[in-house]
Amino acid sequence: MRLVLEHVSKTYDDGHGHDVPALDDVSLTVEAEELVALLGPSGCGKSTLLNIVAGLLAPTSGGVSFEGHAAPAHPTAMVFQEFALFPWRTVQKNVEFGLEEAGMPAAARAREARRFIELAGLAGFETKYPHQLSGGMRQRVGIARALAVDPAVLLMDEPFSALDAQTRQLMQEELLAIWERTRKTIVYVTHNIHEAVYMADRVIVLSRRPGRVLAEIPIELERPRAEAMMAEPAFAHAAERIWSLIKEQARAAVRE
Amino acid sequence: MSEDRHVRIAVEDRTRFLIRREHRVLRVLALVALVAAWEVVARAGWVPVLFLPSPLGVLAEGRDMLVSGELAGHLAASLKRLVLGFAVGGGLGAAVGIAVGFFSIAEAVGAPIIAATFPVPKIALLPLLILWLGLGEPSKVAVIALGVFFPMVINTYTGVRQADALLVRAAVSFGARRASVIRKVILPSALPMIFAGLRLGAGTALLLLVAAEMIAVESGIGFLVLHAGNIMATTKLMVGIVVLSLLGVLSHWGLNRLERLAIPWRT
Repeated sequence: MRLVLEHVSKTYDDGHGHDVPALDDVSLTVEAEELVALLGPSGCGKSTLLNIVAGLLAPTSGGVSFEGHAAPAHPTAMVFQEFALFPWRTVQKNVEFGLEEAGMPAAARAREARRFIELAGLAGFETKYPHQLSGGMRQRVGIARALAVDPAVLLMDEPFSALDAQTRQLMQEELLAIWERTRKTIVYVTHNIHEAVYMADRVIVLSRRPGRVLAEIPIELERPRAEAMMAEPAFAHAAERIWSLIKEQARAAVRE
Repeated sequence: MSEDRHVRIAVEDRTRFLIRREHRVLRVLALVALVAAWEVVARAGWVPVLFLPSPLGVLAEGRDMLVSGELAGHLAASLKRLVLGFAVGGGLGAAVGIAVGFFSIAEAVGAPIIAATFPVPKIALLPLLILWLGLGEPSKVAVIALGVFFPMVINTYTGVRQADALLVRAAVSFGARRASVIRKVILPSALPMIFAGLRLGAGTALLLLVAAEMIAVESGIGFLVLHAGNIMATTKLMVGIVVLSLLGVLSHWGLNRLERLAIPWRT
């Protein structure tokens, strides 16, 4: 499935009758099996864009569509920054949630969920509740829950930004390994330049509010990615280019 | 000051006075001491038995009433009213609370009505309920149900409103429709508040039970207390009071157990 965004704009009402533009004419295409990072300074509307793609928010104008041979049961599934796990459900039941809503019988659901629990490295934690898990383990549940519904596109909204730096690094590795195995199309929102360059095939740099596409930067690093690649000139080059694009914008965001 | 003296200062835990110890022995001792003092005062004959029966006397009377079946009869009548009223009021309260919390139309209709009616002391409604429903059981059950209904409605409503919007969005993103969102997200979110409502309701229910049983009934703990008072059977009266306090303690304990079973994800 390829994901196509055409001239997507979003304007919020700030509650005082003023229109606040969040996204301005964003057009982009994500190809099947591509891992695309959406990157921008805070307040650039990255999460807004992701929510529009997920159908959780209506754009003011423009449209989002999926192109492929058959309509998928789940066009998208979301991995949330704050995990958004159901505290009253065990790991197993959290991962089963989407399948449950799709009406899958209990036995098949349990089997299917088990597969993704193992894929996400959660084996042995099936009966634990979210509060009994560390942040990294919680987000593994978030990832397993999203993958379990077999979405055409996996949407990740700053999935590791609530984790400490070391855990984040490990989770990036883990996600890349999962991607190598599943070849899911992924749209990955982040404000971390190194993370974006390390993970993505293409980094889409957004401007500050209202978010516009500043540049699309293809990352010329081989797959599978390895930590050693961070020392390669291509890595440094891409990171510098992105930083130079958003530096002024980030500075303005700080002053705001 | 020119002299450079060597100083050594040990750092002490400055929060020591904030530590709260449990004092387990003292807890039991205080209660035992009170009852013992009461026993001594009663036995010494400083106060007539009519005003202050001894704890052991009350215990003996309670045992006699238990053996004769008198206590069981009163207790059964009270429990029946209590359980019925609690079930009706609690069930309706939770249902209305969810509706008012979730549906904007129900909120527009229900919220002002609830706000206007909940400050009314429910005991004041008892004569009205008797007028409507007669002197029999229905008016007793209804006043208890009313007393439980309001704390339940308000707590459930608050619990529903406090449900995490992110979790609702997450559920919707995974395909949940309205019924699923209510059952799988809103309801479990509101459960702790619902239990708080049940606990508030339990206290109110006991109060209203005793009040209702003081009017035109021949059975129940409330009747026992009033009747014993009228005939100056102070020991019996005390038995009634002890049973009522036991009911209060037991319902609190039972609800706590139930809550732990119903909300296993709580730390």
